[in-house]
Amino acid sequence: MKVIYTDVLIIGGGLAGLRVATGIKERGHDAVVLSLVPPKRSHSAAAQGGMQASLANCKMGEGDNEDVHFSDTIKGSDWGADQEVARMFVHCAPKAIRELAHWGVPWSRVHRGDHAAIINAEKVTITEKDEAHGLITARDFGGTKKWRTCYTSDGTGHSMLFAMDNKAKQEKVEVHERLEAISLIHENGRCYGAVARNLMSGELVAYVSKATTVATGGYGRIYSVSTNAIICQGIGQAIALETGVATLGNMEAIQFHPTAIVPVGILTTEGCRGDGGLLLDKDGYRFMPDYEPDKKELASRDVVSRRMTEHMRKGKGVKSRYGDHLWLDITILGREHIEKNLREVKEICENFLGIDPAVDWIPVRPTQHYSMGGIRTKYTGESQTLKGLYSCGEAACWDMHGFNRLGGNSVSETVVSGMLVSEYISDYLDSDESHLSIHTANVEKFVRIEQEKLDALLSKENGEDAYVLRRAMEEIMMNKVGIFRNGDDLQKAVDELEELHKRSKNIEVFRSKSRAANPALVNAYRTQKMIKVALTVAYGALLRTESRGAHSREDYPERDDANWLKRTITSWPDENQSIPTVSYEEIDISKMELPPGFRGYGKDLTKHHPDTKKREDVVNAIKEKLEEEGGDRFEVQNCLMPYIDKLPKKYRGTNERLGENV
Amino acid sequence: MSECKAPRFLKISILRFDPHDPEDFPHMETFEIEESDGMTLYIVLNEIREHHDNALKFDFVCRAGICGSCSMLVNGRPTLACRTLTSKLDEHITLAPLPLFELIGDLSVYTGKWMRGLNARLETWIHDKEEELNVNKLEERMEPALADEIYELDRCVECGCCVAGCGTAQMNSYFMGAVGLNKIARYQLDPRDKRTDDDYYELVGNEDGVFGCMTLLGCEDVCPKDLPLQSKIAYLRRMMLKNTL
Repeated sequence: MKVIYTDVLIIGGGLAGLRVATGIKERGHDAVVLSLVPPKRSHSAAAQGGMQASLANCKMGEGDNEDVHFSDTIKGSDWGADQEVARMFVHCAPKAIRELAHWGVPWSRVHRGDHAAIINAEKVTITEKDEAHGLITARDFGGTKKWRTCYTSDGTGHSMLFAMDNKAKQEKVEVHERLEAISLIHENGRCYGAVARNLMSGELVAYVSKATTVATGGYGRIYSVSTNAIICQGIGQAIALETGVATLGNMEAIQFHPTAIVPVGILTTEGCRGDGGLLLDKDGYRFMPDYEPDKKELASRDVVSRRMTEHMRKGKGVKSRYGDHLWLDITILGREHIEKNLREVKEICENFLGIDPAVDWIPVRPTQHYSMGGIRTKYTGESQTLKGLYSCGEAACWDMHGFNRLGGNSVSETVVSGMLVSEYISDYLDSDESHLSIHTANVEKFVRIEQEKLDALLSKENGEDAYVLRRAMEEIMMNKVGIFRNGDDLQKAVDELEELHKRSKNIEVFRSKSRAANPALVNAYRTQKMIKVALTVAYGALLRTESRGAHSREDYPERDDANWLKRTITSWPDENQSIPTVSYEEIDISKMELPPGFRGYGKDLTKHHPDTKKREDVVNAIKEKLEEEGGDRFEVQNCLMPYIDKLPKKYRGTNERLGENV
Repeated sequence: MSECKAPRFLKISILRFDPHDPEDFPHMETFEIEESDGMTLYIVLNEIREHHDNALKFDFVCRAGICGSCSMLVNGRPTLACRTLTSKLDEHITLAPLPLFELIGDLSVYTGKWMRGLNARLETWIHDKEEELNVNKLEERMEPALADEIYELDRCVECGCCVAGCGTAQMNSYFMGAVGLNKIARYQLDPRDKRTDDDYYELVGNEDGVFGCMTLLGCEDVCPKDLPLQSKIAYLRRMMLKNTL
């Protein structure tokens, strides 16, 4: 048996995983990153539009700060987010972007003087300040009060990932490529690493570590159409679930992005609408102002996706052989703007649709895009129930997104959480608690179990075809656990998935029997895992009888704070059970800086919690008192919800902005 | 328009070989697939895997032309398979793995290992000997046009097409290819990288670097990101020559 020992095993080589690894190395510990693909090919590279950080450099970002970013994020989450975590995040986002600038990301910069922009379908002139010249600029994104989304054209994720991977190389981070973690090694509530399979040779390797971090991204590929890369299959969440000890949070919180191209589901960035693009129906009519007169195309993603779906249900969609769609019109931005700031969009339109977006409208419809749910962690990134297991980025439910993530907050979360979690892990490694005490015989047992499972898949006769089960799962998720949900369909989805789960125990790898590089074998074991993840999503959605953020129940259209201001916690304690175990974690209103309120979209249907009013009164009294005493915004914030002590010391400093704290 | 025409049947010939199987040897295998509207080679290959041969090896990740995983020879020319529409090709399509890289099997090659070696060799990161960054302070300023110019070169996805299309790389396995030269051009442009022209000369001022290029410029022809490789190689040469004087 091959065993590799390291301080920290990091599963996943995208932005979050690489940032954790870099932080760990800087603190003098050892780290190994496992990656399915060369890290620079990770799905982080596909983030186009940008990274939110409240730098307030550009004219339309003036007045922005942590408070505004915080309030946007919490409203966006429909009050599902952990407010302390969101505070930690908004405080550190400017630091993370400045760090990335230092490491080589060529962020687009402010140019002094006049430039043209399109706002609400009209051409306007914006004048940038002299003193902002050369600082990082930002664009508008949905659900934000200020222009806060920093970018490099529409290749932001690419530039960030390349800079991050290069930095990791400089720090001599060891990356084991084409290695897939297929189970976590754990004993007595403590995680000790993972069993990984080499995707080229088929060899199983035990990685034994003091801390293990899952940074494998989302689980979008449980749906038949998703903007996600094909490797975003939720295997990280699945192996955590399969420990029976670690828990997952809010798995039913799935985001649909308004503008993926039809039929292939490739994303066109929110930057298209942020920069002034419009949504049009089959008559070329701009319909969003009718539904959301205030934010129009730039309402939060969940809202726009629902409005588009509603509009298509009214018969206003464009018919195509792949179903109805709507149009995204960016022609009004002009060729020059598109070729400079929306280049990937232009390439995608040319290569996949054969159209020129400077002249033609783009066929789009809402498509699965982001997983708010994931491995439930404390603010330190550590699992609440399995010691030594950490998670960050999209893989985790940290939980700063609640039930809907704002555009531009995902890549931002990857680097901020990576930066913070690497510090908490390093503190843990510096403590006596982190010492290893697992018998190698037990390590061997975990490897043997995996070997036996693989053998069974290869030797099975008259079994099930993994592809058939997987396609069935994808269709169930697509048709019954989509943008709008209802009890009947969700019940059917859970029943059907449960049946698929049972059948998946009987999968046979047909024809291709190689133990080495074998895509059929990979598909077989991943399908088993994906069905479990799909069950956590569908079951959580069935039980949550309210509508919150991206989770929208036609039979329960109101947000029900009185009964549902809580996180869904899912686990799978007994491998013989056929549906997951669900419990709930209350969200405490009495600790909130921003008590639950109305997001400002459509009609307010909220059923309020009795504590909301009490907390509002407390918050208002504190604000009034401190403002009278001349307290600044930091003092007010600290009084409402202190969080700064939770941050690693090196990241507690106040952020500079033009005209503030300089 | 295409709706009234009967769909074409595509003949997809693939160069197959499993280096892990001692009994296997490189051979061509042909599959027949009914063409559909908007079909790409990503769809074709997945269909073959799902319905004809589940052992067929190939690499896709983003399937959107962004990540650079799926480079292969399509009718002999290096390109990204995911964004290649079959409608732009003849009925008979030949696919082969990208040459010059270690073969994992069939159409899957180990470009990641090659690129990792290249990045380590050229130290493709910002070299800054200054003291530690204070993350609370305003970021260092940069001219907007310069940031755009750096981004232009930063768009390389390390797909390996330029190496596969390079005459020199066929003869000299140490040649760093346009991908390497472009990276040096990118860092040389970046004021945050404090390396001097002498330092860059040490890295690329030899036959494995900028003086190995025979100016055939296959790299520029096949680069899926349309990087200005020709002008950057020429620029580096002038810079290196100037440096020797």
